[in-house]
Order: sequence, then C-alpha cells, then structure tokens
Amino acid sequence: MTLGGNRLFGPLDPAADAGYEAPPPRVGFFTDTSICIGCKACEVACKEWNGVPGDGLDLLGMSYDNTGALGADTWRHVAFIEQSRPVEQPATGGAGAPAGLPADLRWLMMSDICKHCTHAACLDVCPTGSLFRTEFGTVVVQEDICNGCGYCIPACPYGVIDQRKADGRAWKCTMCYDRLKVGLEPACSKACPTDSIQFGTLDELRERAGRRVEQLERAGVTSARLYGDDPNDGVGGDGAFFLLLDEPEVYGLPPDPVVTTRDLPAMWRRAAGAAVTLTVAAVAAFAGSRR
Amino acid sequence: MDLRSWIERWPVARQVTGHDRLGRGAAAMSARSAQLRARTEDADTVSRSVCPYCAVGCGQKVYVHHDRVTQIEGDPDSPISRGRLCPKGAASKDLVTSPLRQTKVRYRPPFATEWQDLELDTAMDMIADRVIAARREGWQDVDEHGDRLARTMAIASLGGATLDNEENYLIKKLFTALGAIQIENQARI
Amino acid sequence: MAECHPVGFQWVVEAQARGAKVFHVDPRFTRTSALADTHVPLRAGTDIAFLGGVVNHILQNELDFREYVLAYTNASTIVDEHFEDTEDLDGLFSGLDHERRVYDPTTWQYEGMQATPAAGRRTQGEAHHQAASHEHGSHGSTLEGGEPRRDPTLQDPRCVYQILKRHFSRYTPEMVEQVCGTPQEVFLELCEQWAGNSGRERTTALVYSVGWTQHTVGVQYIRTGSIIQLLLGNMGRPGGGILALRGHASIQGSTDIPTLYNLLPGYLPMPHAGNHPDLSTYLDTVMGQRKAGYWGRADTYMASLLKAWWGDAAQADNDFCFDYLPRVNGDHGTYQTVMDMIEGKVKGYFLLGQNPAVGSAHGKAQRLGMANLDWLVVRDLFAIESATWWKDGPEIVTGEIVPEECRTEVFLLPAAAHVEKEGTFTQTQRLLQWRERALAPKDDCRSELWFFFHLGRIIRDKLSGSTDERDRPVLDLTWGYPTAGEHDEPSADAVLREINGYDLTTGSLLDSFTGMRGDGTTSGGCWIYTGVYAGGVNQAARRTPGSEQGHVAGEWGWAWPANRRILYNRASADPEGRPWSERKAYVWWDAEGGEWTGEDVPDFERDKPPDYRPPAGAVAEAAIAGDDPFVMQADGKGWLFVPSGLLDGPLPTHYEPAESPVANALYGQQTNPTRQVFPHPVNPSQPESTQPGNDVFPFVFTTSRLTEHHTAGGMSRYVPYLAELQPELFIEVSPQLAAERGLAHLDWAHLVTARSAVEARVLVTERLAPLRVGDRVVHQVCIPFHWAHGGGLTTGDSANDLVGITLDPNVHIQETKVGACDLRPGRRPTGEALLRYVDGYRRRAGITIETGNHPVRTDRPGATP
Repeated sequence: MTLGGNRLFGPLDPAADAGYEAPPPRVGFFTDTSICIGCKACEVACKEWNGVPGDGLDLLGMSYDNTGALGADTWRHVAFIEQSRPVEQPATGGAGAPAGLPADLRWLMMSDICKHCTHAACLDVCPTGSLFRTEFGTVVVQEDICNGCGYCIPACPYGVIDQRKADGRAWKCTMCYDRLKVGLEPACSKACPTDSIQFGTLDELRERAGRRVEQLERAGVTSARLYGDDPNDGVGGDGAFFLLLDEPEVYGLPPDPVVTTRDLPAMWRRAAGAAVTLTVAAVAAFAGSRR
Repeated sequence: MDLRSWIERWPVARQVTGHDRLGRGAAAMSARSAQLRARTEDADTVSRSVCPYCAVGCGQKVYVHHDRVTQIEGDPDSPISRGRLCPKGAASKDLVTSPLRQTKVRYRPPFATEWQDLELDTAMDMIADRVIAARREGWQDVDEHGDRLARTMAIASLGGATLDNEENYLIKKLFTALGAIQIENQARI
Repeated sequence: MAECHPVGFQWVVEAQARGAKVFHVDPRFTRTSALADTHVPLRAGTDIAFLGGVVNHILQNELDFREYVLAYTNASTIVDEHFEDTEDLDGLFSGLDHERRVYDPTTWQYEGMQATPAAGRRTQGEAHHQAASHEHGSHGSTLEGGEPRRDPTLQDPRCVYQILKRHFSRYTPEMVEQVCGTPQEVFLELCEQWAGNSGRERTTALVYSVGWTQHTVGVQYIRTGSIIQLLLGNMGRPGGGILALRGHASIQGSTDIPTLYNLLPGYLPMPHAGNHPDLSTYLDTVMGQRKAGYWGRADTYMASLLKAWWGDAAQADNDFCFDYLPRVNGDHGTYQTVMDMIEGKVKGYFLLGQNPAVGSAHGKAQRLGMANLDWLVVRDLFAIESATWWKDGPEIVTGEIVPEECRTEVFLLPAAAHVEKEGTFTQTQRLLQWRERALAPKDDCRSELWFFFHLGRIIRDKLSGSTDERDRPVLDLTWGYPTAGEHDEPSADAVLREINGYDLTTGSLLDSFTGMRGDGTTSGGCWIYTGVYAGGVNQAARRTPGSEQGHVAGEWGWAWPANRRILYNRASADPEGRPWSERKAYVWWDAEGGEWTGEDVPDFERDKPPDYRPPAGAVAEAAIAGDDPFVMQADGKGWLFVPSGLLDGPLPTHYEPAESPVANALYGQQTNPTRQVFPHPVNPSQPESTQPGNDVFPFVFTTSRLTEHHTAGGMSRYVPYLAELQPELFIEVSPQLAAERGLAHLDWAHLVTARSAVEARVLVTERLAPLRVGDRVVHQVCIPFHWAHGGGLTTGDSANDLVGITLDPNVHIQETKVGACDLRPGRRPTGEALLRYVDGYRRRAGITIETGNHPVRTDRPGATP
C-alpha cells in the first residue's frame, strides 16, 4: 500500500497527500515548556471553546496535576514534574532533619496535546472515515461519522485518542478546526499567558524552536531539546512538537514513537500473499473436488 | 439533492474520483466538517470587557448570540494582556452562564430552617424599612464630650473588590448620607 | 506572580528572555519559583529582617545611588536630638506609652520642626487604633515649622542616613540566616544582583502582594522595600518602582473611591469627631499649615466632593454641608465591626460580592457575628457560605448555631455579572478600564448600581416630608441619575461624569483636578479621577490597540492621576532635568521648549524648571522645588525615615509574628508593640514564643492562593472547569515533616490552632523544606484558603478558620499570612468533639483571654540584644 510514494512513513506534506489541491500551509503548535507556568489556561480555554465535559473531581496527588492524562474529556493536559537530586545537607539540631531545599529542585510543567502526526495511525486505521486529515494538515475526528468502534485508540503511539464513556465515540484535540477555518488561532494557544504554546505554520515554528534552543544553550540551559520536530522520526514529525528540559520519558512521552501502521504495507503484502496462497489452495481444492 | 450530487457526496465516489485515493482527507470530509466555522462568527454583538478576577486587567471580548454569551476570550488589542487569559479568565463564560447562579431572590425569616421565595420589589421595600429603622436605633448625635457624631452604628457593609467604581461611589455616597460609617471592603483584607 | 497573576507574568518571562534575572523570595516554592532564576526561601513572617539585611548590605558597602539619595530623599535631614532608636531601647522607639501601647512621635521629628498637630485631643484620648495616617487620608503627614536642617555630607550622626545605618547595622547576613533561615550565600547573591542592577544605567523592580500586607507589621514590610528602592534610585524610573499586585479586579478602585470607613474618595480622610468640628479645621489637618505639595489644594478637592454630593444645598456659608458627614472616632474597620456584631451592637449588615465566612480571618467569629444580627443582605452570583451559614455552616455541626434559635433575617439577592453591566474597574496599575455591557442580567439579577440607586430612591421616598434634621443629608443628596431599560438601570456613565466633576459655572466637564476650586463653583466626586472624562470623552473607554502605540501605551484606558503611567516620574531625570542615562530616559526637561517632556505624562508641573525654588509663603505645588520629585510629600522628598504618620515607628523593625514558635533574635521586644489586639473569648490568642505553652503549636503555617481558584472560592468553586483542576483542599508538607509526624501522601491530616482544627489531604513535596533557624529546625506548612463547606462543586475546611484576629495598627489588616500550629495525622474530630479537642489544646497551652494580648515586653527572655 504505497500508492503514490511513502504515504505511511517519512517526511511529506500531509494535506497535499490527502488530496487537497493547493492546501494552506500546514499549521501546528510549538510548546516551549521552559516558559510554561502550569496555569492550565490551555486546559480551560480548550474546554470552554469545545464544550468538553468535566473530567471528574479527583485529587490525584500528582503534584498540581489533577486531570492525570490526555483523554476523551481532556484534550490539553498539563503535566507537573517535581524533580530533585537531594544533596548532602549539614547536620542540624532539633529534629535532626536536614534543612533547606534540595539544591537542584526543578518543577517542570508541560502542556501536552494530540501530536497531529504527519503519519497518523489513528486515521489510517479508522474504518468509517471519521478520522480525517484536514486541509491544514491536522487530524480531526468527525463526531457525526464516528461510530465508536475504537480501532483508533490502540493505534495511537502516544496514547492520546480516547473513547468517551457517555457516548462511546472517540474524541481528541481538533486543533480547533472550526476556528482555523475562519482564520482564528486555536483557543489554547490564544489563551496561553506566557506564549509557552505557540501556534503558527509548522515550518516557521520549527525555525523558531531551533532558535529558542540555541538561545537557551547560550544561557547555559543545556538540557533543552526538541521533541517531535523531526520529519524523519517514526511518525514523520509532529504537528504539535515541544521544547523539553529533560528526557521525554520524564514527561510521560514515548522516547521514540513510531506510527503503528508503518508496517502495514508489509503486512498487507504478506496478507495478500497468504490470500493468494489460500485462493490457489481453494481453487486447487475445488479443482480437486471436481476431479 | 439529485442522484448525481448524492453520489458525489458519497465518500467512496470522492475517493475514486478525487485526489484523495486513500480516503483519508478531502474525500473523508463530512458535510458537517465542510460547513464548520467558529461560532464567534455568528455573534450578534461583541462587547469589549475586562476580566473580573485578579487586578491585572486583561481585556476580554464577549460574544453574544440570541441573548446568550457564546464565548469570552482575550482581547488581542489590550497592551496589558495581548489577548491572553489565565484559567480563571478563560473560564469566564462558565462563570457567567453557570446554571448554579442564583437568579431569584431568596429569603430566610428569623428562626427558619429553609429558604423562602420573595419578590424583588418586596425585598427592596423590606430592606429599605430595615435600614431606616436600624439607622434610627443606632443613631448617635454627639459623643461623650458633646462633639458631633451624626452617625449610626447599627448598619455595616462589606463589599467585594469586583465592584465597579461607579457602584462603590453610590455605595459610599448613600451610606455616608445615611450616617453609616462601618462601610468596608476587601481592600481592608 | 505566575501563581496569582499569570497573564501579568508574561512580561516577566519577556524580560527574562531579554536577560533580566528574577529572584523569588517566598516561604513556598510556587509556580513563580519554578520560572525564577533563583528561589530564595525564608521563614514566613521574617521579611523585615530579610529586607533590613539588604538595607544593611547597601549601606555598609556604600552601594546606594548617592546622587539620587542626596537630591531626592530625606537622607541628609537632621532628626530631633531626643530620638531614641530600637538600638537604644531593645526593639522599641522613643515615645512609647507602655500602658496604652501608643507612640508619641514628638521625638521622631526633624530638628526644629513640630510634631504634626493632627493628633488632637480626642485621638490622644482614644484607643491607639485611630491611625494618624487616617487623619491625613493616606498621604502620610504634613510638616510644620521652618526648613529642616540638612547635612549633605551625610556625616552628622543625627542625619537620617546615619540613623538608618545604625538602625540596620545588626541586620547582618549571619543574622538574616539566623532569623529567616535563608542561606547566606543565596541572600548575598540577591543583594549583589539587586544593588548591581540599579543606578544610572539600570533599574530593578520590586513586586509584592498580600504576602506582605497581611501581617501585624505589613505596612513596615512595604516601607522596608521603599527604603531599598529609594537608596538604589529605583523610584519614579522605568523598570523600577514598587508594584503592588492587587488580587481583585477593582481593589485599587475600592480604595480610590473607598468603601472604607476612614476615607472619603481620593484619600481624603473621613472627618473625626472633636478634631474636625468644622471644614476649616478639617482642611488645616489635611493641608498642613504650610499647605505644601498637591495636598495643599485639598480645599478644592473637598469642596468639589461636597458639591457633587449635596449640590445646591452645599454652599460656602454652610461649609458646603460638611456637617452632613458622619464622624469617626476610632477603629470602625471590618474586624472591629465583627467583634461588635458578636456583642450585639450591629443590627444590619450588607455583603456585596464578598464572602467573609470564608475569606476573612477567623471564620467562626465572622459567622457568629452574622448569627447575632437582626438582618443580613447578601448580594452575590451564587448562594455563598456567607448567605447559608445558618443552615450548613460549621457551627451548625458543632451546635454553636441552632437555626431555630437564630433570629437573623437573611436576604439573598442575585447580582449581575461583569458582562451584564457597564462601568469601570481600576486595576493594579491605577488604570481605569471601561467595560461595555454585553447583555442584560436575567430574572432578579441586578447590578450594585441598580441596587443602591433604587434602595436610595425608596428610602428617600419613605423619608420625604421628614423634618428631622438627621434626614437632611439623605433628602438633600443629589440622586437624580438617569435610568434606562426594563429594569430602570441607572446610568454608570452619568455616575462616572459626576466622579470626574464639572465646572458648575459653565456646565462642562473638568479636564484636570487642578481646575477644581474651593469656592463651590466646581464639583467632582473623586479628585484623583478628574480627567477621566477630559475633553468630554470617556478616557477609560479608549482602546487604541497596543500594536499601534509605544510601550507606555498611554491611549489604552486612563490611569489616575492625569493619565500618568509611572508616578513621581520626575525622578527619572537628574536634578538638572537630564535623563540619568540614555538607556533609562523617560521624562526630562526640554530647556528650549521650557517644559517637561518624554514618554509619559510628566508627574510635575509641565513648565516648572529644575532650578525653580519656591518663594516664601508659596503653597501647594508651588511650594515644591524644581528638583523635588515626590510632589505629594510636603518636602517633595522620598522618606527613608518617617517622622510622623506611622503608628509603629519611623523605621521598620523586625518583630516576630503575633503567633510564632521562634523568639526574636534581634530584640527583647518580641512582637509589634502597637499591634491591635481583640481580647475576647471568641478570639483566643496563642502564647508568644518566649511564653510557656508556645511549644504546643510548634509549626509555622502560611495561607495562600492557587492559580486555579479565586480568593474565598465564590467565583471558582462553582465553576466546573476550575473546580476539577484543584478539586480538594490540601496541605503541603516537606518529606521531613511528614516523616516526623507520620503523614503519608494523600492521607488526611489536620492543623490545630487556638481557634479551630482544619483537616485536609496531605501533599508531601520537596518544594517545602525545613529551615534552619538559629540552632533549630523550623517546619513550615502551606494551606490554600479557597475552600468551605457550603455551596460549590468542591468543598472542604476553611483555612481562615485557623487564624485569629490581630491587626497591623496602621491599616487594620489581619495577620493571615503567618501563624503557629500543630499538625496531626488523620481527620479532625467533628461536632461537639471538635470543640472539646481544640479546648484541650488551649488548656495545654495555658491560654486565657489575656494570653498573647500584651505585646509590650520590657524583660528579655531568650533574646540576644
């Protein structure tokens, strides 16, 4: 299944690949976690705009994160990571407990979202055509089409797309498709107080992100690295990519995501081969029976 | 819809006839998706407002359609906020459209264990009577030295700091004329 | 700032991208700390020791911006020879009446000048609560007498500079570490950066919030910050200043047009019984004999206000109805009023978008006070706890309030939301912004403007025809606001025009407060807001996009006074009127044009040259020299030392919080000797650190906010998208404290004080760490105060139930930001058992009604003077 080239793997312009003639430039998010203040404006702005239901009143104890993960009712999710490598402290009086903050205490915050992969397995496996590639290169579930089969859910290499219990359908970030259509930026990036979430054309964002990494490196922040920006990665690059200050796993991100349908062509070829063999066998059997 | 256009709307037909041979893009777009547009486009009015939470003073645009607030978002023109809002500001629509909002007057008579209904006009009249009576009851003409006080100590007020300047002005003006001095605000707290 | 003012924090992030360094000094490691370059931890309640250390570092190393300090502050002024400092008196200043805990500021005066006569016979006779600052509105005090003596060499031992140096000499880095628990190297890094980033070429901004104000020494916290910023030359200059981040949309406006007992609009004081028998006596105290500075025009402000309120009834021959104003003669603030409610002295209470059952200190006192009223009117968006305490408050569970026995009549009136009414907020930067009305409120929902206009109308109707003199102020009130719409909504625009004021001879709106007159020919409801309707245009409604104007953005809204965006900006130029540096040019003297010019509206008379010297007998702004930028002060100087106007001393001094497990390492005097106390069975206080029983409450706690909620929760706990983000009350404890007290992450624990016990889930986090204070370790606990049991989608105990009532003497603000508590695993008892449980703590600590209420101590237990 490699009609027209490498459609399931590697770099390409997904909108053109999906049949749009002269599509607008591909858009996306660059989320710079080095300036995320964990305010969750993105979560709220997303819910306000998209009418996403509440996600339960549960104190999770995961630092200040009480939504837990991306899901059908959380399309933007802010992760909080408290990090420290406690250092030797001078002995103290009183209770004998060490005093003072750990020397390298860090509180990392990161607003996660659907990656709008260049090669989106959720879309590839959707049997109803509910998941589709928009003219902006984004990946959207069409709520009027989705029948809740759930095939897309295990397909996502990031564990983003999710089934809503109330209606059985699959839901995730649409990158505010309705807003993009009239030239507005998505609700989350528009609200973001510090511009940690930046919206724009993907090419421009990638350049900007590269400059930001250099700036941070000059300032001595050697831990800054980009995640999901590389068109040659396992998903052909993400439409929503990140500047992280630690390994992806620290933020709960897969270190090396691969589109789960990458091997589909090979699988199809094998399946086709098996089918041919079976058919031949069947024909032979029929032929044999006639004998 | 004639048969031809019906067929053309069928995704498989579009997939076969268009450029989207894998049926993952243009061919898969539903009628709803094709017609989608931001609801702010349908607003009857857009008002320039200011966030009611903290004192940074972020600009808000309030979109109203059919007498309902359909969206509140940051005003990009504001040199203070540049269109951005925090989670509270971003939840402003949720706040003003909340079904939990109190919209009818409630009244608890002395010693009652439950609320009762009360007409707004009746409530206003009852409150006015009580103000007049308490004002008289707590009135002080002079202090122990014979110096003028001209005040009542029976009425107090504590205002939140989300009140408008114009509102605070009328509050201070009316209460001062009534001789009530224990008129306070969150600004004390 | 990131935590509570996230959108404002974008400018900090932008400054960081341009190389600014950000220090976050806070007992907690918050979302602000996460982005700051350096988080500086300290023990809650020790900021004066910390900041005093910075002052000492500057003075010992002569890092002050000397030219600025000499020209623009009172550093060289000589103080009275009888002044005695805390250095001499072990933590007290000269002039203290030990019995009444009141300072007589006579010895704090400049040499050769008189004590302000404002403290007339009645103030002296009253409880100390009547702040002198209230006598003068909020502008400190007047100066009487001749010119003070100055020593420009700063060598005279009695000049302010030398007094300051001696006063703070014991605030060494070692002492800072010992008192605050801040490691010396972190403290010194901050000192060096702060001083190094100030001067001609650079400025440093200081930002604070209620973490500074809500203390028994809150005013002096801010004073210490002011001293640093004056010494480093950071006031009145771009990128400098002291920024109060205010927490509510129009809390600045609520002070400018005050619903505060001691103020009239524009910081004019409420008249005082005895001290102000008539208008001229009143004006004498406000303007001072010298009538110097802009307060020298107070006669015009006051006459215009009285004309705005009483119109034609206000005439020169009746003091413009000055006697229609009720008189104050003590503390009539909200906490005194609550105590009076408990005593049955108050009949009726209005709550207007305010939830004191949750948001004020000592929630139980608040609720018991309301349960002892005849009637209560609550106006809010939701059925908040201050409206429902009689059916679901904590005292129902304990049996302290029995609905069937509670006589309080409660009216709950639904309010209009911010989009359902038009009007102005005044935001944290003194900026007035006009809001358009998006739609009408539904059902019975109404604005406060509607409520008070119609309440006034009905009351005036009912009183019409009265011949009682007491009703004249009500009947003569100008109350003819135009109304519109089906609800007869009064016009906010008409009210704003009245606030701006008119020239009554022409009927035109005033353009500036300098156009006000004292003869009754002008009106104006708040002089500092005059100009908001300059040119007949609602300036607060201006919305020139930020992208179409420069960085000062002077055409967005309107800032009081006169649309100035930086106050005292004359100080951005040197005494000769030249910018201190090209980099920091802001407002300067254009000698050719003969005027002050620059990027902002100059905070100075436009045509007053730098070499102007006031002639003898000059008054108001004419009495201020051309190189004195602090135009609201009688001498035009920034005051490092405050000769009068403050009740607790001319210089900031570290005192321990009223309830602290730590003894004052600096002085024998433990706590603010003049702090306001309320001895009452409902308001038990805990023993001071040097008194027996103090160890029953061994931990420090501080209350705080979270980004996801708003104050007492009335605008966030009812909002699903916010409630789910912080769905439950929690306390934050360090791993060490958790181990010490056997607490597990997400388990229940409870805090106990002399007032109550409050339970919450435990978050064990390394963001909190024990501090080494002297020879011991002090644990701190953080608890947000957004929750309550009542309405709302998420419920929990109220942190403010823990806090007692003891106040800053100057401004009557409570100490909610620091206290001492016990911490125990598990849930607290409920019902009557809770009362017995807390009573057990009180007995173990030996608490009586006298405990903690005698702050002046002359002995020195545990101190190292």
